Amino acid sequence: MDQNYSTIGRSSRTKQAIEINKVLRNTYLLLAMTLLFSGLTASISMMMNMPPMTYLISVIGGMVIAMFVLPRFAHSTAGIGIVFLITGLLGFGLGPILSMYASVPNGSNIIMLSLGGTGVIFMGLSAYVLATRKDFSFLGGFLMVGFLLVLVAAVANIFLAIPAMSLMISAVVIMLMSGFILHDTSRIIHGGETNYILATIGLYMTIFNIFISLLQILGIMGGDD
Amino acid sequence: MDWMKIVAALALIMFIVYLFPRARHMMENSPKGSSADWMGFVVPILVIVLFVMLLVQLV
Repeated sequence: MDQNYSTIGRSSRTKQAIEINKVLRNTYLLLAMTLLFSGLTASISMMMNMPPMTYLISVIGGMVIAMFVLPRFAHSTAGIGIVFLITGLLGFGLGPILSMYASVPNGSNIIMLSLGGTGVIFMGLSAYVLATRKDFSFLGGFLMVGFLLVLVAAVANIFLAIPAMSLMISAVVIMLMSGFILHDTSRIIHGGETNYILATIGLYMTIFNIFISLLQILGIMGGDD
Repeated sequence: MDWMKIVAALALIMFIVYLFPRARHMMENSPKGSSADWMGFVVPILVIVLFVMLLVQLV
């Protein structure tokens, strides 16, 4: 009898582990594809010489779709199309910013360092969570409150336009997004997130924000902003 | 352009309003971390800070 319970328990755990691995694999696969797609739409936007306001319009469009449309379709295959729509839009919005950096001396170096730096941060933190299997669910409230405070500071700085404050906001965003990578990856491996579409968009947003913030920090510190 | 600043500020305020209930829910329901848990968070973040400082040196 005990042996039966033990076998059932083991079988259930194995099933759960397989399910978690499937979510993780699908998340990373979709994330890789959406990042490539964003790169493609950013290139198209650069070739089309889109005006700077494209960034604002694309980010607002992407945010609205992510907040109000994606949750309705996250459990169907249509959700994959919506994720590509959001990430494509965000990539398209990046075009004018990348064009602006590319046009200044040392700009291409800043773009490449930001891109490489973002990749290293994401892969390093993901590997850390996957290797240690630590549970970072305790970070949820702290990260959300920190993010809200940063958003309030960002609203103030739109009108104040203080470069030091921009730098500080970008630095804090990188730390918070790093925390979100730890938190979101830990949620996936501990079975807290079972929807790979939502997991992908969460991780994509952290990568996008880290890239933009690194670009800004390196741009300001490089003296070419 | 001033209208772009206003639109950006309104979008951020909308985002804050949208996130606020979620943040409050997460604050109330997140498990409490031990000091060892927080160290497991602080150490990699410090490594990230050092890494960003290295990137700044490379520009």
